[in-house]
Amino acid sequence: MDLLQRFAAGDLDAFESLFRQHQSAVYRWIVRIVRDPATAEDLTVETFWRAHRAHARFRPDGNFEAWLRRIGTNAALDHLRAAHAHVPLPEDLPADAAPDAAEQSESRKAIRFALVSLPPRLRIVVQLRLIEEEPYRAIGEALGISESAVKLRMFRAVRILRKKLQQWSVRP
Amino acid sequence: MNDREFKELGEKLRGAVPPLRQPELGHDLWPALLQKMSEPRVRVPWFDWLLAALAAAVLIFCPGAIPALLYHL
Repeated sequence: MDLLQRFAAGDLDAFESLFRQHQSAVYRWIVRIVRDPATAEDLTVETFWRAHRAHARFRPDGNFEAWLRRIGTNAALDHLRAAHAHVPLPEDLPADAAPDAAEQSESRKAIRFALVSLPPRLRIVVQLRLIEEEPYRAIGEALGISESAVKLRMFRAVRILRKKLQQWSVRP
Repeated sequence: MNDREFKELGEKLRGAVPPLRQPELGHDLWPALLQKMSEPRVRVPWFDWLLAALAAAVLIFCPGAIPALLYHL
């Protein structure tokens, strides 16, 4: 019986081996979504906990890494939904900052603000595609949607981002 | 939006939110997972299930009660 079959049968040793093989990859994926190391660690633990509870539903001939990534993405999305709030724009820059630098910094703040105020299911697509430059296919697999659905979400997200940035006079 | 504008937006986003290329996990998370697995799961008391079942039965068999229920919520 191989490792995945033993895991699906509920073997804790097999689960520990799989955990040690995949914990770093799961963490790396999640931290790109939540962008906070401590939260990403908690969500990595949550991901494996959910995987452990669902071991009987895992098909040993399936792709364990893709399955974990999907669980991790859902856990990260749950976190983003729970934490989703409109973050106020930060305070003004210190007075000694050069005008150009101040303008650039304000523009970056506005972009960050526009990003965090996107609905989580759109924000995740923007972060993974436009910032982390993950392929559409990988994002679709992680979200459990088709590539064209990812592109549609991206289109909607970009439209919202551009609108917000135009409102704040930031050239998108 | 054309490809060039899309690329420009991507560059602006990466300027404001730098990509995390190879973030590394600082330590082993297995002890934390073991701790989580050993925590008792939250159990819903049986009378809560009973109340939920009664409320569902009332809503199904006496839909006229829905406005009254909404009024008191």
